Amino acid sequence: MAEFKENTNVDERGRKCVIELQNVKREFHVGSETVRALRGVSFKIHEGEFVTIMGTSGSGKSTLLNQLGCLDTPTSGEYFLDGVPVRKMKRRERAVLRNRKIGFIFQNYNLLAKTTAVENVELPLMYNQNYNARQRREAAIKALQQVGLGDRLEHKSNQMSGGQMQRVAIARALVNNPAVILADEATGNLDTRTSFEILCLFQELHRKGCTIIFVTHNPEIAQYSSRNIMLRDGRICSDEENNNILSAKEALDALPLPQDD
Amino acid sequence: MSYINLFKVAIQAILSNKFRSFLSMLGIIIGVAAVIIMMAIGQGSKENVKAELSKMGTNLLTIRPGAERRFAGARPDPASMQTLKEEDVDAIRREATLITHISAEVSASGQIIYGNKNTTATLYGESPEYLDIKKWELKDGDCFTEEDCMKNSKVCVIGTTVVEQLFGSKDYNCVGKTIRFKNIPFRVVGILKSKGYNSWGMDQDNLLIAPNSTVMKRVAAQTWYSSIAVSALSEEMSDEAIEEMTEILRRSHKIKDGDENDFTIRSQQEMMDTMSSTMDGITLILVVAAAFSLLVAGIGIMNIMLVSVTERTKEIGLRMSVGARGIDIMLQFLIESIMISLTGAFLGVALGYGGSYLAKTVLMMPCSVPFWSVWLSFAVCAFIGIFFGYLPARKAAMMDPIEAIRYE
Repeated sequence: MAEFKENTNVDERGRKCVIELQNVKREFHVGSETVRALRGVSFKIHEGEFVTIMGTSGSGKSTLLNQLGCLDTPTSGEYFLDGVPVRKMKRRERAVLRNRKIGFIFQNYNLLAKTTAVENVELPLMYNQNYNARQRREAAIKALQQVGLGDRLEHKSNQMSGGQMQRVAIARALVNNPAVILADEATGNLDTRTSFEILCLFQELHRKGCTIIFVTHNPEIAQYSSRNIMLRDGRICSDEENNNILSAKEALDALPLPQDD
Repeated sequence: MSYINLFKVAIQAILSNKFRSFLSMLGIIIGVAAVIIMMAIGQGSKENVKAELSKMGTNLLTIRPGAERRFAGARPDPASMQTLKEEDVDAIRREATLITHISAEVSASGQIIYGNKNTTATLYGESPEYLDIKKWELKDGDCFTEEDCMKNSKVCVIGTTVVEQLFGSKDYNCVGKTIRFKNIPFRVVGILKSKGYNSWGMDQDNLLIAPNSTVMKRVAAQTWYSSIAVSALSEEMSDEAIEEMTEILRRSHKIKDGDENDFTIRSQQEMMDTMSSTMDGITLILVVAAAFSLLVAGIGIMNIMLVSVTERTKEIGLRMSVGARGIDIMLQFLIESIMISLTGAFLGVALGYGGSYLAKTVLMMPCSVPFWSVWLSFAVCAFIGIFFGYLPARKAAMMDPIEAIRYE
């Protein structure tokens, strides 16, 4: 499979533009009605940003996530992912694009059952022929070490806690060095303490230069990201830089220690 | 995804549902075993018949009355079955140069009595050369002679089954005793060595052989022969001998050029060919019946694969999200179904071999597994795996990742 062209879309500060949406619209036909889930969304996300996308249910959040994740294509407008125009791509091409440029993190982890942490993390590289078995395993181990699970490589998915499973999922999203990590309610299934631990991890990855898009309906999380995009009725209602990023580490330390009842 | 990984994933999937995988394999196992056993029995019987026919002498030629019957069904005109007469035998004896022995045959079935015992057997009227033609040997006594034929003597050679029935033991030496066939007394002059049953289940020892003239005149009261057995000089000379005798018989029967023969001469080779083509026909029917069970097994695999695909919708969604193309998902499920059917084929071949062995040793059936049937089984099962795995695999490959990943 041919690799994708170098992204030459750079802003005035020399940052690469990883995501660019130009008036993206998405309509669905349900019976005779037309549902306009996205009514023209435009924004750019540059390398190294940690963006939260917020909105109530029905705001077009999920549709936008599917667009960003190349799981779906716009009805009109254009979407460039790391310089690659996505709208006219075929299903097969988008699969390869996802494989090389996107790391997905889901609310319910979506790990393969009865499969070890390393094997779960290796999964995206299974679909990339540039990696052989040894390189795959090395990359997976490195990713697991990054999320603090270097000592649980061979643990099976059903032997792990929710936080650990989500860490495996994050490692899986990191393993292919994606242009952007897409997290869908990544802390939604976790308790407060574990949520903050996962947020710490995201902030750490952000510090290391990862581009993260975090879709959530929890306004608290926006305080820990560098930028917040709000959606309402398929349109962007606000898009603000966060000049006062809170530290998840501090918040975690401030939490009362878990009490044994 | 590379093929090694595809195989690993398929093995994992099969092993994670061992019982279910086994059940869907079972149809294939039984189907393949049935096909192999049927083929083994077919092949074994064929070899058996061939061996038996060649034991009778590969240079044996048989002349029968009536034109060659190409179609079964209509009964031939009885008159056309009475064309072989004594003059024909004399003519062949006189003129044919490519034959060694000749024996005209008349037969009759009936009750045989000795003392207070009785049995039923076939009485064959033959010439003394008959034993040489058939390569049969005597256990006791001697065969009747040319002189007996000329004098229409009431003497006979009998098989061991008849001996057992009339005298109580197979080994009884009854040479010199007089038995009665249809109330006509025959003196026993010889006893044949036992030949057992032939492959189509006929007792080859339940017979009497007497001079053909005696049987013709005193028992059957007919003037024609039912057939004539001839030995050619050698197997290679069979065709020439047939030609020669055809010419003699046509002349003897005064058949005009262009008219059809009113007799048929067949060599043992032709008999073998006819026999094996009949066997092939029967084998084919059995194999086709067994093959239908493979078809049903294939549908079973398709069913299980459809369940498996639905059950793993979420996994498919995940794989697609992280970059699996439709073809990757398709291959994953195709390889799984091929592996199920090929594993089934492997176990089925093993079971087929075991079954054939049992049929051979316990049921005494002639069995020999033709090696090509093993390859055929694997080829057919690979095809079944692909054919019946395609639809479920396609269903998986066509899934929308957005819906698949949210499937509960």
